Amino acid sequence: MAKTASAAAARRRANTELGLMVLGLLVVLVAAALVELSQQPDIPEAVLNYGAGFLALSVVAHIAKRRLAPGSDPLILPIAVLLNGLGLVMVRRLDFTGGEQALEFAPSQTVWSAVAVAAFVLTLWFVRDHTSFDDYRYLIGLGSLLLLLTPLLPVIGREINGARIWLSIGGLSFQPVEAVKLGFVIFFASYLAEKRDVLAVATSRLGPIMLPPLRAFAPLVGIWAMGLAVLGLQNDLGPTLLLFGVFIVMLYIGTGRLAYPVVGVLLAAVGAVFAYQSFGHVQNRVSIWLDVWSRYDGDGFQLAQSLFAIGTGGIAGVGLGQGQPGFIPFVRTDFIFSAFGEEAGLLGTTGILLCFVLLIGRGFRIAMRARDEMGALLAVGLTTILALQVFVIVGGATRLIPLTGITLPFVSYGGSSLLSNYVLVALLARVSAPGVPRHTRRRREDDFEDAEDERTAQPSAAGGSS
Amino acid sequence: MSPQIRKVALGLFVLFGVLFLNLNFIAVVQSDDLRTDERNARGLIAEYEIARGAMVAGDGGDSRLVAASEETDGQLRYRRQYPEGATYAHVTGYHSFVYGRGELEATFNDFLTGSAPEAFARNIADLLAGRQRDGDTLQLTIDPATQHAAVDALEGSTGAVVAIAPDTGEVLALASSPSYDPGRLASHDGDEVRQAWNELGERDPDPRLNRAVRETYPPGSTYKLITAAAALESGVTPETTYADPQRLELPLTTASIGNFDGGTCNQGQPITLAEAMVVSCNTTFGQIGLDLGVDRLVRQAERFGLNHEWDFQLPSPAVSVMPEDLDEPSTAQSAIGQRDVRVTPLAMSMITAAIANDGEMVTPRVVRHVEDVTGRVLRDFEPEPLEFDGESRAVSSRTATALRDMMEEAVASGTGTGAQIEGVDVAGKTGTAQTAEGQPPTVWFTGFAPAGDPQIAVSVVITDPGPDATGGGVAAPLARDVMRAWLQDG
Repeated sequence: MAKTASAAAARRRANTELGLMVLGLLVVLVAAALVELSQQPDIPEAVLNYGAGFLALSVVAHIAKRRLAPGSDPLILPIAVLLNGLGLVMVRRLDFTGGEQALEFAPSQTVWSAVAVAAFVLTLWFVRDHTSFDDYRYLIGLGSLLLLLTPLLPVIGREINGARIWLSIGGLSFQPVEAVKLGFVIFFASYLAEKRDVLAVATSRLGPIMLPPLRAFAPLVGIWAMGLAVLGLQNDLGPTLLLFGVFIVMLYIGTGRLAYPVVGVLLAAVGAVFAYQSFGHVQNRVSIWLDVWSRYDGDGFQLAQSLFAIGTGGIAGVGLGQGQPGFIPFVRTDFIFSAFGEEAGLLGTTGILLCFVLLIGRGFRIAMRARDEMGALLAVGLTTILALQVFVIVGGATRLIPLTGITLPFVSYGGSSLLSNYVLVALLARVSAPGVPRHTRRRREDDFEDAEDERTAQPSAAGGSS
Repeated sequence: MSPQIRKVALGLFVLFGVLFLNLNFIAVVQSDDLRTDERNARGLIAEYEIARGAMVAGDGGDSRLVAASEETDGQLRYRRQYPEGATYAHVTGYHSFVYGRGELEATFNDFLTGSAPEAFARNIADLLAGRQRDGDTLQLTIDPATQHAAVDALEGSTGAVVAIAPDTGEVLALASSPSYDPGRLASHDGDEVRQAWNELGERDPDPRLNRAVRETYPPGSTYKLITAAAALESGVTPETTYADPQRLELPLTTASIGNFDGGTCNQGQPITLAEAMVVSCNTTFGQIGLDLGVDRLVRQAERFGLNHEWDFQLPSPAVSVMPEDLDEPSTAQSAIGQRDVRVTPLAMSMITAAIANDGEMVTPRVVRHVEDVTGRVLRDFEPEPLEFDGESRAVSSRTATALRDMMEEAVASGTGTGAQIEGVDVAGKTGTAQTAEGQPPTVWFTGFAPAGDPQIAVSVVITDPGPDATGGGVAAPLARDVMRAWLQDG
């Protein structure tokens, strides 16, 4: 009886998801048509094919999620598909700024969307239970660290636009940091879920400062600090910020001790001052932020053009395909939000921000309803990293904070980013699915403190339905 | 864990709130500043996407395209062209993405970009049909033959010509010299535009100044038309006689007014108003000024539009001035167009046109109508009386007739003989205003033809004639050429 009821509920949720997905795809369809017709009288066949491809991808993602994670959150995938679709439309629109009407970046982004959806499906397929990560905790933590170092390797490491943060294998370029950020979050979640109680009490003393037991603390902080160091040395400010922020947030959630974020903010302040004094490019970013207009003819041009774009767009925007987003250097990646600001106006950018707010809200909801602490921490970590990433890039493009180059999740052009964000949503879906862990054998006494955990320990067929 | 998750969520949503507020600040509060920032080319590019409307002078076979748009393959899509170069520069103005717009390019920008309220319905239809919006065409009142005659007349001089059809107010010619080619300012190369602009700015006199509309000059004896009008309106007749002294002694001062050649005007015999006008007798008009008093002179001047701001189709015409609150010596000197009286060539031609038009002021206009690319008229500018203080009549019909007779005689046998056209009765008045010791005078001629059935009223001013030049010697023949061009052409 209970099983049929939950199956019916899962079906209802999946149908809700399908409905939302259709709605989102309609929005994407209208936007795509507007873009094409603003540039030419007829829509080229190639574009129709890519559009149909994207439609098929969405359906595949939905069916896979329905099958592999029944009863999972029905909002997150439609939002991801909508943002992905809008990003694709804007990337296509930006292809027109080259003067030629040739397809340049849009096909590649469509292919990446396919790869990302495949990764989404594979993640749901292989990760039937998020607690299964516990087995590979250190492998994932250390592996992430090593992966972060791979761009420094000869042959496969690549330097693009002044930053050596790329891997290039067989013509495909990939930013390992995109995978690494997920790896770190998984590692933190798994480690904290187990050691949270130990970390919540201060037992060791360092001079006048009380610290948690070093033995429990060391692996966590060690991997985190090395990650930060590598990113810092690679001049990759954006991911450094994300990694720092998400760690502090997860420590706080895991231990419930406000001391962690307080110390974290202090550390961040010290780190910021240090970075400002030791790295020329950090000083540069801050100077541009403080006085973009007097630097217009130099390094302030990009940010100034971004502000011009959003200001020119005003409330309603100049219309898709009607503006000059091509004036902004790196508009496809770091500044795609400003392109929406110009052509879709405040209404359009508010819509995009609301999509993210909704996605992030669902993420936290999933965390609060997670059946175990590992799930809660994982959901919080993934959601936080997404939220911080949106804040850092949108805040940077709108001169709220100094600019740190990073992609706008799902929207910006870039395969690694799209892929990792689809995997992120797959993991959120997995945590939200009311499945039962396969790995009950691994559970130890100290994992069964919460009533929530006990609930999940009841046997059910749902987890093995595939 | 849940309380902490809530706090973190709340914290992140606060960050998003700040993001949203900041976005509103940029897209709403700062929007206008950012959009119009001169470094932001977006507005310009959108504007240059539209084929800016043409300007056409004259109709039928003699029409000339004086402003057009040409498609380029640059980022700014359409480039402004001025096929007639400098000839129409002070009518069309310029259209530059560095220096903005001048003259009709400025005042009719909405029509030229196809965005005037009159075109709203059409634009909606275009939008729905996916048609590209075109700018609308200005049909000018300028007559090419007359304009070319005016430009030729000014060749090599500093000055201006304005010719008006007295009954309709249509401006037949409007020229200012020196002139410039606005095409260079319409270049899409910013450096080229700046260089052209700076070259113009370094030239003296500045070719960019529209002397016909935006510069005032001492009117000299042409101003006697207004003084005579005031007198006639006060009961004086053309036959009223005045004494003919060698010099008119002015009250309150040792100063006096003398005549042009230092002698009397009628061998010391009493002289009529009509005779005084024909020979441009300073002492007589000085006396009339003293007789009438400053208030009546000012009132008459204001009836002709002096001391008033008014709307013209070209931007901000300069206000012509007859000072108030003058003492008696200044009143007498103002009555003969000296002291601080200042008139634009445009205003002078309007005054003359009013005299030719039975005393009625008519609104001058440069654009007859605006039509779209299919020829449909969007806005028609009908002949319209020009009212100052609610009254378009500057002088009575009788006064206008009396003035016309005097002016006709001045050209037939007086100072204005240089304006005579064979077979046509021309009416007119000369003016020679001394500006400063050792400087050439500012010379004028204002008149109309044919005297009995006025078709064209024209004013000519030259500010750099030879040292001993007079309005009759220099300006009258130039005015004749312009009038002849129109009368032959029409």
